[in-house]
Amino acid sequence: MTPRQRRWIFLVAGVGLAAFYLWGLLGLPGFGRYPGPYGPAILRVAVAQTNATGVVSAINFEYRGFDTVGEEFILFVAAAGVATVLRRLRGERDRPAVDEAADRDVPDTSSAVRIVALLTTGPVALAGWWLTSHAQTNPSGGFQGGVMLATAFVLIYLSGEFLVFKRFSPIDLTDVAEAVGAAGFVAVGVSAVAMGLPYLTNYLPLGQVPGAVSSSGTIALISFFVGIEVAAAFILIVGELLDQTLLVRRRG
Amino acid sequence: VNTLAVHTPYTVPVAMMDALQVTLLVLVAAGATAVVLIRAPVRQVLMLSTYGVLLAVLFLAFQAPDVTLSELTVGAVLLPAVLLLTLAKVRKKEQ
Repeated sequence: MTPRQRRWIFLVAGVGLAAFYLWGLLGLPGFGRYPGPYGPAILRVAVAQTNATGVVSAINFEYRGFDTVGEEFILFVAAAGVATVLRRLRGERDRPAVDEAADRDVPDTSSAVRIVALLTTGPVALAGWWLTSHAQTNPSGGFQGGVMLATAFVLIYLSGEFLVFKRFSPIDLTDVAEAVGAAGFVAVGVSAVAMGLPYLTNYLPLGQVPGAVSSSGTIALISFFVGIEVAAAFILIVGELLDQTLLVRRRG
Repeated sequence: VNTLAVHTPYTVPVAMMDALQVTLLVLVAAGATAVVLIRAPVRQVLMLSTYGVLLAVLFLAFQAPDVTLSELTVGAVLLPAVLLLTLAKVRKKEQ
């Protein structure tokens, strides 16, 4: 194909794409005008049906819980994939990292970074835990909380040494935590089936007060499991990548 | 007209909210362009992180605080951290 032909094909395709795009844009509803029946309907019934004032969590973990199981397993498979690709192969041996360019100028971690990281680790872990356990009361949830919990571990790495990070998050333990989190979500769904209810039915008592931490039945429970899964997955991914940066693997 | 509008003591005039949203949209567009235009990898990652913060504020202004939290943690912190680690690994090999 000559460059000339290629340019023509691109022009035709480009004009076609632009036309469809414009057509689509013209058909959009006005800014901020949501035309669907679903949003207003769910806002009317969600709090009364689930006793969760965090309606986003109610949608994620109950009304569309089936979608969320799928999303959670995307992350699960991604973490498993990273762990598989970066595993130690048969015949490969770990060698502690030796600085291969000892003469280059690498600045030490400044005390400012260490202090900020140390001071923020506790609050970040607390905030992560709070978000994970309060999905039913406000727009938080296991995903955001789990990532924040993982961030606390990254701060430990920033504030100190890699070995401390490894001691706080051994890979075997994060593996198990990830599996427990992912399985817990599915188990909540399957246990409903075992009781003769549809998959992921909210069968736990909903509590008396909408928006209380103890309210909303399985929504809070699922958010907790998602938090564990997400935190473990991210710690695992970051840990594996740090391993790759700091360890050298050689055959023989 | 919007039937879901709720008026509280903290409700902001519509014009002010529009101005905020338009400003943020422009900032996000500028941030995204900057991420593409910056070619030095480390600077690009830092700009990407800044862009993540901008996007998070945008989501907040468009009333999606849950997405704000996700974007802050993933887009502004973890994705840049993973990219920086990768850059560190690649550089070590080059030397």
